[in-house]
Amino acid sequence: MSLTPTASQTVGPFFNFALTTNASLGILAREGAKGERVFLSIRVVDGAGAPAQGDAMIELWQADAEGCYAHADPNFSGFGRLETDLNGTCTFETIKPGCVANGSAPHINVIVLARGLLKQLYTRIYFADDPANANDPVLALVPEDRRSTLLAKPVQGRDNTWSIEIRLQGEAETVFFDL
Amino acid sequence: MNEYPRPRPGSQPEYASPTYKSTTLRAPSRPLIQLPHSLSELTGPVYGHNPIGPTDNDLTLHFPEPPQGERIIVAGRILDEDGRGVPHAMVELWQANAAGRYRHQRDDHPAPLDPNFLGAGRMIADDAGNYRFVTIKPGAYPWRNHDNAWRPAHIHFSLFGPAFVTRLVTQMYFPNDPLIPLDPVLQSIPDSAAQARLVSQFDLSITEPEWALGYRFDIVLRGRKATPFEEAGK
Repeated sequence: MSLTPTASQTVGPFFNFALTTNASLGILAREGAKGERVFLSIRVVDGAGAPAQGDAMIELWQADAEGCYAHADPNFSGFGRLETDLNGTCTFETIKPGCVANGSAPHINVIVLARGLLKQLYTRIYFADDPANANDPVLALVPEDRRSTLLAKPVQGRDNTWSIEIRLQGEAETVFFDL
Repeated sequence: MNEYPRPRPGSQPEYASPTYKSTTLRAPSRPLIQLPHSLSELTGPVYGHNPIGPTDNDLTLHFPEPPQGERIIVAGRILDEDGRGVPHAMVELWQANAAGRYRHQRDDHPAPLDPNFLGAGRMIADDAGNYRFVTIKPGAYPWRNHDNAWRPAHIHFSLFGPAFVTRLVTQMYFPNDPLIPLDPVLQSIPDSAAQARLVSQFDLSITEPEWALGYRFDIVLRGRKATPFEEAGK
């Protein structure tokens, strides 16, 4: 038997009361989680540069500090989910993942859902200036001039804080993946 | 490691769908980059931090009084592409109330809120992928996409299968709704058979006598073809 997967539809503008009421899903690493603690701020903007005000949702999936998805650390959850605020931003508290395979660089897998997106967008977040980025097989598939769209950058003056903008469309559009 | 097959052309909506206006500034304009599937795509979240309550799949029991509207049962199976049930899939749903109003601060449709209806539920499918919700039939509502635009009655579904690539967010519609051919969201799917599969079916075997009509909505998640090794290892 071969069935066709059910078609996707937009999450719409009114998902918040069902999907993002649990703010603790923004904390992937509680106190005691192993690894380098990271505050990761993600801002979603549209093709005109306008922020997705409360009507986008970001989901993260990442390995633990040792690069393991099926880990046993009770203080760490590899999954996170937050809605964007009126500035288009959401901030996760996590740890920098380890390398999941030989040659791969630390990265966080990202799903973007929003009003106006008929199906989810997949992207990844890497950490700027990590030497492992040079050999990552997925970054190698991305044209060099677009790789920077996948790099979170340290926020000046704030310890352990990284930020990235997900630009849905237009100049400097974020690289999205077909999985 | 097996890759999940890619969706058939036409079976999923395109990002850019001009009749759905919100796609105009939000659909990516560059081609997506196809990734081979690695552990990052083939693993997925397991739920632990959010225990499911006993009434989370009955949206009519969230307040002491029952909500207004026509009580219905929505049930079905979560399947993979080989027709096997997806055990323990997490199913979340949300919807407008019987008058077509969401319990959301930015929904300004002048229809009454129902103090006895939240409109959100969730459950974990059983070993065979079966799920069942009790709720009320949502109302149609206007939106500002185009002149005199109305969304057909629908229930939003959010599902997690076994992997990052099996994530699915969709909407379920009701049979014989005259708004369906006019809806840019549903019509964004090129293949009419794929559209039709988002329309639930009235089902007498799900219907409970003297109590509520039943609608069947089966959901197919992306699913890899099993190897003999995996089958044997079950």
